[in-house]
Amino acid sequence: MITLKINGKDHQVETDPITPLLYVLRNDLKMNGAKFGCGLGQCGACTVLLDDQPIFSCQIPISILEGRNITTLEGLGTAAEPGPVQKAFIDEQAAQCGYCIPGMIMRAQALLKQNKSPSDRQIREWMQPNLCRCGTHARIMRAIRRAAGTVS
Amino acid sequence: MLRNLLRALLGVIIVAIVLIVGFWLWARQPSIAAIAPPDASTFDKATIARGANLVAMGDCATCHNSPEGHPFAGGFPVPTPFGIIYGTNITPDPDTGIGRWSEQAFARAMHRGIRRDGAYLYPAFPYTHFTKVSDDDIKAIYAYLMTRPAVHNVVPAPRLPFPLNIRPIMAGWNLLFFRPGRFVPDPAKSEAWNRGAYIAEGLAHCGACHTPRNLLGAEKTSERYAGGEAEGWFAPALGARSSAPVQWSEAALLNYLSAGFARDHGVAAGPMAGVTRDLRKLPASDLTALATYFASLAPPAPARETMGAASTDKASYQIATAQAMGQKGPAKTGEAIFAGACASCHFEGGSQPFHRPIRLRLSSAVTAPTPRNFIQIVLGGIQPPPGDHGRWMPPFANALTDEQVSLLAQYVRGHFSGKPDWSDIGKTVAQVRKGSGS
Amino acid sequence: MRNTTALSRRDFLAGSALVVSFSLLPGKLLAQTGAGQPTGPAFGSLKKYPYLDSWIAIGGDGHVTVFTGKAELGQGIMTALMQCAAEQLAVNPEAITMVTASTARTPNEGYTAGSNSMMESGTAIFHAASQARNILIGWAATDLGVDAAQLKADNGTITAPDGQKRSYGELINGRSLHVAATNQTNLIPPDQYKVMGKSLPRLDIPAKLTGGPIYVQDMRMDNMVHARAVRPPNYDATLRDIDTSAVEKMPGVIKVIREGSYLAVAAEGEYQAILAMRALQQAARWQVSKTLPKQADVYSVLQSLPTDSKVIDNRGNGAIADESAALRAVYRRPYMMHASIGPSCAVALFKDDHLTVWTHSQGVFPLRATVAKMLSMPENQVDCIQVEGSGCYGHNGADDAGADAAIIARALPGRPVRVQWMREDEHGWEPYGSPHVAELRGTVGGDGKISGWDCDLWTMTYSTRPAGDPANLMPAWYLEEHAGPPQGSQIPLPAGGGDRDIVPTYVLPNTHIIYHYITQSLPLRVSALRSLGGYHNVFAVESFMDELAASAKADPVDFRLRHVTDPRARDVIAMAAEKFGWSDTKPLPPYHGRGFGYVRYEMIKAYCAVAVEIEVNPDSGQIRVVRAVAAVDSGNAANPNGIENQIEGCIIQATSWTLYESVNYSESEITSRDWGSYPILRFDAVPDSVKVHVINRPGAPFLGTGEAGMGPTAAAIGNALAHATGVRLRDLPLRADKVRAALLK
Ligand code: FES
Ligand code: FES
Repeated sequence: MITLKINGKDHQVETDPITPLLYVLRNDLKMNGAKFGCGLGQCGACTVLLDDQPIFSCQIPISILEGRNITTLEGLGTAAEPGPVQKAFIDEQAAQCGYCIPGMIMRAQALLKQNKSPSDRQIREWMQPNLCRCGTHARIMRAIRRAAGTVS
Repeated sequence: MLRNLLRALLGVIIVAIVLIVGFWLWARQPSIAAIAPPDASTFDKATIARGANLVAMGDCATCHNSPEGHPFAGGFPVPTPFGIIYGTNITPDPDTGIGRWSEQAFARAMHRGIRRDGAYLYPAFPYTHFTKVSDDDIKAIYAYLMTRPAVHNVVPAPRLPFPLNIRPIMAGWNLLFFRPGRFVPDPAKSEAWNRGAYIAEGLAHCGACHTPRNLLGAEKTSERYAGGEAEGWFAPALGARSSAPVQWSEAALLNYLSAGFARDHGVAAGPMAGVTRDLRKLPASDLTALATYFASLAPPAPARETMGAASTDKASYQIATAQAMGQKGPAKTGEAIFAGACASCHFEGGSQPFHRPIRLRLSSAVTAPTPRNFIQIVLGGIQPPPGDHGRWMPPFANALTDEQVSLLAQYVRGHFSGKPDWSDIGKTVAQVRKGSGS
Repeated sequence: MRNTTALSRRDFLAGSALVVSFSLLPGKLLAQTGAGQPTGPAFGSLKKYPYLDSWIAIGGDGHVTVFTGKAELGQGIMTALMQCAAEQLAVNPEAITMVTASTARTPNEGYTAGSNSMMESGTAIFHAASQARNILIGWAATDLGVDAAQLKADNGTITAPDGQKRSYGELINGRSLHVAATNQTNLIPPDQYKVMGKSLPRLDIPAKLTGGPIYVQDMRMDNMVHARAVRPPNYDATLRDIDTSAVEKMPGVIKVIREGSYLAVAAEGEYQAILAMRALQQAARWQVSKTLPKQADVYSVLQSLPTDSKVIDNRGNGAIADESAALRAVYRRPYMMHASIGPSCAVALFKDDHLTVWTHSQGVFPLRATVAKMLSMPENQVDCIQVEGSGCYGHNGADDAGADAAIIARALPGRPVRVQWMREDEHGWEPYGSPHVAELRGTVGGDGKISGWDCDLWTMTYSTRPAGDPANLMPAWYLEEHAGPPQGSQIPLPAGGGDRDIVPTYVLPNTHIIYHYITQSLPLRVSALRSLGGYHNVFAVESFMDELAASAKADPVDFRLRHVTDPRARDVIAMAAEKFGWSDTKPLPPYHGRGFGYVRYEMIKAYCAVAVEIEVNPDSGQIRVVRAVAAVDSGNAANPNGIENQIEGCIIQATSWTLYESVNYSESEITSRDWGSYPILRFDAVPDSVKVHVINRPGAPFLGTGEAGMGPTAAAIGNALAHATGVRLRDLPLRADKVRAALLK
């Protein structure tokens, strides 16, 4: 059994420890935020935070995560009370199909936590691992600029 | 007594002054007159195009592009064991670049490491190799650079400690270690071999990374291609001293140099990734020549491991571990970490194009004498530059703790390489982590 | 306001409610039983489904349910359609629940594709809502004894001059909207619009951004199993031999499904299914019968295949008499892929002889017919319900995943089956966009106007959608009674398929355009990819416009305007040029250039012009779009921000296609199998600014928009490259290595 600390709460998980975190979040814990995009660490759809740093949850087995702080999209806010980054994305209507956006929000959250006013270049570099196929990038960048300074 | 002492001291001082002045006079190099930046139309297209390939051959972009990616605008910090040296602006900007350099001044810099104004360049700029480049090639490189757009960009001064910050000191270094002179072909060898040698020893300056350096930063000529260092990565030994389990064949070298990947060795990563991306711009004959040359550095192998033998490995590592390990809780061993974090890609025998990752026991990073590259790759992964094709591995820096990386390194080395354990794993993890962050 | 698939938004937010709702099989609604309906007035899909209650239902509480046969694909259609309904029904957006594409509940509007949704469903709902409002007013007139002309409808309530009121909920009591629409609609005029033309926030976004269960990928049903299909190494493959015994013993494995050469596995856990799939891949021995043609030969092979050639446009004197005097250029486009971020997924349940498939297909009705045929089931025992997936941009793996789920579910009766494709399967098995070759020849007269325009276009089908033929469901190729090869069909102009937008809407005196429709597809699987042939054809036409402009020494924008009389087209071109600063004569920095592209999409849909500034890396040849400005006229703009979002998406996606993309393959396999072997645009290449200007025409007909920006963007980039460097590249994509080589020539 493995204990995972997710959004501040402990969860006991019986699943095979080699299982990547993504599947445990989605199937065992019924959380939808992290998405399966490639399972290869190439697209960032599955991004969650580990001790405030972005990771590809599709690549990381739960066996190595005990004792560490995992934050998922669900930990940032709800539709009724979205977190500041979520709110900025909603305000900018920064989604088309939206499939990539949870991962984008998570990666942006990590950036804005450590940098209150990132430059455009810093945003681009930081967001580089995450793919969007709908071409929502320009809005995503606007949303991140809008959210700058609101994450504590 | 005192007087004798004073006299002796005076003598020493005088000698020192004479020596210093003498050294200075001897070391002093003339400035070459500034010219008005030549008009692009004075260079012919064919020469420019040849220059473009030569610039790729020299991988000039790696050090001379600006950190923002402006070609040749300079400012890229090149780490050396002595301090940081910034790639200079080699665009034809008259004030901050080489716009006022005549071809003669440019040739002197390439061949002898002297700036247009007569100052010494640091050997981080590999004039020790470029000295071998033919005048004709220098001319083409000059033509290419002088026809790129000028970028006004002031590059920071090198950050070197005393006395290295005194440039004339380099005259002494040159005296000790620099042997100027064009490449001399070996008539006993084939044309392709000579072409390869010309490229490798000259413009491509392979030894700059792959040959170990002495305390003063000069390549140890007695240990040519015995393995060196580049930007925090280990540059593996080439030729006879290579630790590759499968000897590098000419075909493998050709693949590696042109595609950045060799099935029996691995993916070009770290600084070598950029090198291979530049090299693939060259004509096929040049790449073949390089492959011929490097293949010749090792004696013919008695019995090469074949791919058939390689694939008799465990059919599926992943499936074996998932079932058999019986691990129920957190991963405490390198094997358990591997089973979760690595095995989903690094298992053998997959039938689909996608499941052909490098076999770890053949990987240069796993069989190298140092864990440095393995750790670099685990932490930073391998990604082609944006928009480009290439093999992919995600970074694990944010996921794995230092201890987990160390356990993993120990396990992979032990399980896959059949070579002695790595020492200094923990220290290397910390170093790489400091250098790469991500 | 609420959204989608029989679920209130509250249910979505509550999360687990989805499980319950999804597991209920929806009942049939009287109005949607398609057959036997009279032909209705020519207001979009009202023609096929004239009964108002096919579109609109009003509850006793006054709550309105709007049904559309179109699917939300992330294009924001649900919100725009809701606005149409709210406006004409005179209710607040909050009072509306949207129900999207479902064979059990909504009208059959075919595919959600081709930028047709506003024209078909939007028009239908606009008129149905308006006619429903009139009927409600009529009822109120009767109830209140007041002349209908005196009554005002607003916010779901009808008010008489004396202050008497009746809510819609009160009025509907005991009455029915099962009334056929007439060809008389008393539309609320544009100057009284309250909801139309407003950029209301999209209904679906908050849940998507907070982890609500929105996507078919998010479905979790009680007792659900996870399945994975095991794909062969190549299209033409037969499963020779496999020992499944070891896999059957793997943890969690429920069943290995093998039917003919079709191979899949179901397990309790998703990762267990993936591990079992990998093991099966290793155990399977395939015989591959056919190889693929050499990628380098694709265009010559293409032009050597049998064609069905016909002249599709022939104005004035037809072909150019003296070809030697003409400017000639050949443009090409390789296979490109949809490459959705989320691999295709479906859930299916086979229970009591009834099959239900939850799918992100663009066409649940055709999928139902095809799946039924594939499984030899009567159509009325199959339902397909659309649930959103990751953006698809055309016919990707969605339908095939539905077929996978159906096949596996039938082998596991009573248990819901969730199948998701792996990344390498999505890349390797989806149908690609077809390759093209277009040769253009043109002449310019002494008046500086085009005097001759000839074109030969070679391409193949752009539609192998299910459409009732199992051969078009890839999993069916491998079943015992296997179907195949896929059957393509042509789409007639003005929409066109491969020939979409190859006929310029410019005023040209003489034209001669031949479409060489290749009657077979090359061995790579192809189908509808966003804008179909339009992407390449607009690239060709608009590049050639610039080439002709250059030969006439004319400014590209001026030159276009010389050949445009439609005032709306002129407005769009002028707006894009002006907002871009086209007439600004300040020289650009070296290796920067600007380019323009324009289309009247599908000849009758949205007008769209795109201007870009690019920079070219003088060493590597890499192009970067610095900024992009677009103008678009979609007619009556329901939700301008939604239109902007779509065109921004077009610009960035088309930038990715144009700069990087082509499907790679060897003779034995597709080698573009992940994001490293099929790179697409990342953040480094996002333009510094993307600005879209919507020209709203309130009251005008809706014009399809969602794909209109693709071709103009490609052309604008190619034209900007020529402007920046003098180099004209006509082979897509405009990859750095090609640009570099051309610059050094
Ligand atoms: S799904 Fe994890 S990076 Fe793509
Ligand atoms: S919004 Fe659809 S993939 Fe990004």
